[in-house]
Amino acid sequence: MLSIKDLHASVEGKSILRGLSLDVRPGEVHAIMGPNGSGKSTLSQVLAGRENYIVESGTVTWDGQNLLDMPIEERARSGLFLAFQYPIEIPGVSNAYFLRAAVNAARRHRGQPELDAMDFLKRVKAEMKAVGMREEFLYRSVNEGFSGGEKKRNEVLQMTLLEPKLAILDETDSGLDIDALKVVADGVNRLRSPERSLIVITHYQRLLDYIVPDYVHVLSGGRIVRSGGRELALELEERGYGWVKELAAEQNGSAGKGPDAARPGAAQPAEKGAAA
Amino acid sequence: MNPVTEPVAVDPIGSFLDREYTAGFVTDIESVTIPKGLSEDTIRLLSAKKGEPEFMLEWRLAAYRHWLTMDLPEWAKVSFPPIDFQDISYYSAPKSKADGPKSLDEVDPELLRTYEKLGVPLHERARLAGVAVDAVFDSVSVATTFRKQLAEVGVIFCSFSEAVKEHPDLVRKYLGTVVPPGDNFYAALNSAVFSDGSFVFIPKGVRCPMELSTYFRINAQETGQFERTLIIAEEGASVSYLEGCTAPMRDENQLHAAVVELVALDDAKIKYSTVQNWYPGDKDGVGGIYNFVTKRGDCRGARSRISWTQVETGSAITWKYPSVILRGDDSTGEFYSVALSNHRQQADTGTKMIHMGRNTRSTIISKGISAGHGSNTYRGLVRITPKAENARNYTQCDSLLIGKDCAAHTFPTMEVQNPTASVEHEATASRIAEDQLFYAMQRGLSAEDAVSMIVNGFCKEVFKELPMEFAVEAQNLLGVSLEGSVG
Repeated sequence: MLSIKDLHASVEGKSILRGLSLDVRPGEVHAIMGPNGSGKSTLSQVLAGRENYIVESGTVTWDGQNLLDMPIEERARSGLFLAFQYPIEIPGVSNAYFLRAAVNAARRHRGQPELDAMDFLKRVKAEMKAVGMREEFLYRSVNEGFSGGEKKRNEVLQMTLLEPKLAILDETDSGLDIDALKVVADGVNRLRSPERSLIVITHYQRLLDYIVPDYVHVLSGGRIVRSGGRELALELEERGYGWVKELAAEQNGSAGKGPDAARPGAAQPAEKGAAA
Repeated sequence: MNPVTEPVAVDPIGSFLDREYTAGFVTDIESVTIPKGLSEDTIRLLSAKKGEPEFMLEWRLAAYRHWLTMDLPEWAKVSFPPIDFQDISYYSAPKSKADGPKSLDEVDPELLRTYEKLGVPLHERARLAGVAVDAVFDSVSVATTFRKQLAEVGVIFCSFSEAVKEHPDLVRKYLGTVVPPGDNFYAALNSAVFSDGSFVFIPKGVRCPMELSTYFRINAQETGQFERTLIIAEEGASVSYLEGCTAPMRDENQLHAAVVELVALDDAKIKYSTVQNWYPGDKDGVGGIYNFVTKRGDCRGARSRISWTQVETGSAITWKYPSVILRGDDSTGEFYSVALSNHRQQADTGTKMIHMGRNTRSTIISKGISAGHGSNTYRGLVRITPKAENARNYTQCDSLLIGKDCAAHTFPTMEVQNPTASVEHEATASRIAEDQLFYAMQRGLSAEDAVSMIVNGFCKEVFKELPMEFAVEAQNLLGVSLEGSVG
């Protein structure tokens, strides 16, 4: 479904991703962990197509297409969803209007008829209940004056409505108390299906107690330095990120020699055992 | 090294296509246009063509003589080459109309087609439901719809020229009482040479049963349009009035210098909305209308209310300050404005709220949008005179900038001469945020839809003041006007 090969990307002339590779198949949940500045958020921005994030080399294949050639909205309409770390406020635009515009853009792309206001309201109200959002949030401006938790719920609501093939959760747990975290995780878990994949980007292991990943990857210095199963996250929790940086420095020596010098990002199922 | 992959959608706003100004066509119709130039003889000729009573001619001549003593205002933040007032024709009318007013059946079909093309059908069967229209073409009104139905409740809605002839007493009583002929350079010029416009009279206690609107169209070349509109709401009367304006695309600039006067007596309400879409010139600033307008409302009676709402997307230069004189106790003045300057457009607009009565209130909400090389200025005055006990004003000026080459300026002036006054001013300036666009596009919206949504959100407080039918038009207009705003 998504295949990233030897991706190098920079922001404002600064090289951030340095040879990242990752394969995500339908139904899989991948967690990407790593210290601050390791490139976690850059990865999500590059995949979503944000300008100023320049891809220097490497390939990203998405459903058989070259993702990097697709405009932002095409990526979105074809089922790639990014839950923002800091959801953006749009004053004067009601949440209901925004959500419906997004849902209908996706429906048009899939050749489905657009939802009219009544059908949409019915649908959105049911989903809001599930993520614990009051109806008034429909009529408020997009994210304006929302608390941190409300913004994240709104992201999960959008994800639910848009039914993406791949959802990238960028530090969705940051700034959430434990109750809000559970609600958000429940929303995400309800979306899990054999066709839908998730990339969960997080600094802390905590979220992974609720959204249990199939694979855990450790990002450092712009590359995946270690991949494993669920237990790798627990190991990180115990040992901190210090040893990861050492690992990255070690691998850096061989980085120039070619992609096969360090291909942990390929995330073969066999590695799951290897990491234990 | 692998080939560098170019980032996609580097400039989502710049990816807009330049859509044509849709109202830019010319109607091929035979017109009677008087020779260029301005003198007392021009005014006599114009007045004679309109068959005006003597008092009107005298009024015009007095204004003209005053105008000759005046200088062009230079305080506005706009720049343009000097206007040669002798190089303009001051009267142009479709030939068929020259013989005098006719019923709708007799109006030249070419004119009817023009208005139909502009989305303002005048035919009985296609008319906008609940909206009476006065259609002004160059210097004359060509048709006014629903006059009979309005007359049944005592409402007078007709062209200004007809009002001069048919209701001279009302015209004499109110004309120039809000904007005196010598008020300013362009108002004096207008008073001397005004051609046509609308006249509205709502008698005591009558709530006007439908929206009234005037659609101004400039068609002839090298002419100026000098419209004059007068709206009077007697005690307890109320009316909602809307004007729309368009002009063909031409490489020369054309002058539009209008005067609008509103009078609200005790407990009367006047809501005046404008959707201004004069030809703005091309993207390099060639051509376009100079829109130099004086609009003022007089809350003459107690508890009266005058509300201006304007959406200014067109014109090469906009220079207008719809104002309210709050003379009556407990009267209310409102000004809601969206002004857009794209490409090389210049807008210097705002309002004046003059508080004279006790417990008077005013609200000013101004939204300025600058894009391309556009320049947008808010200029406002709130004056609380010594006798205006407990006056209240709230002013909010927001500017939105799209791109790097545009400019926004705010010049609010407050003169408070009574210590019981409460005056509040808020101002914000923001750039259309790249992160808002990215967020909306990540949800699948196109760049065009995303920009239009964000801008409309910015303008929402003003759009909600517009009558329903026109709020939609205003939103669409804004979308079109923003196309090609960067790059």
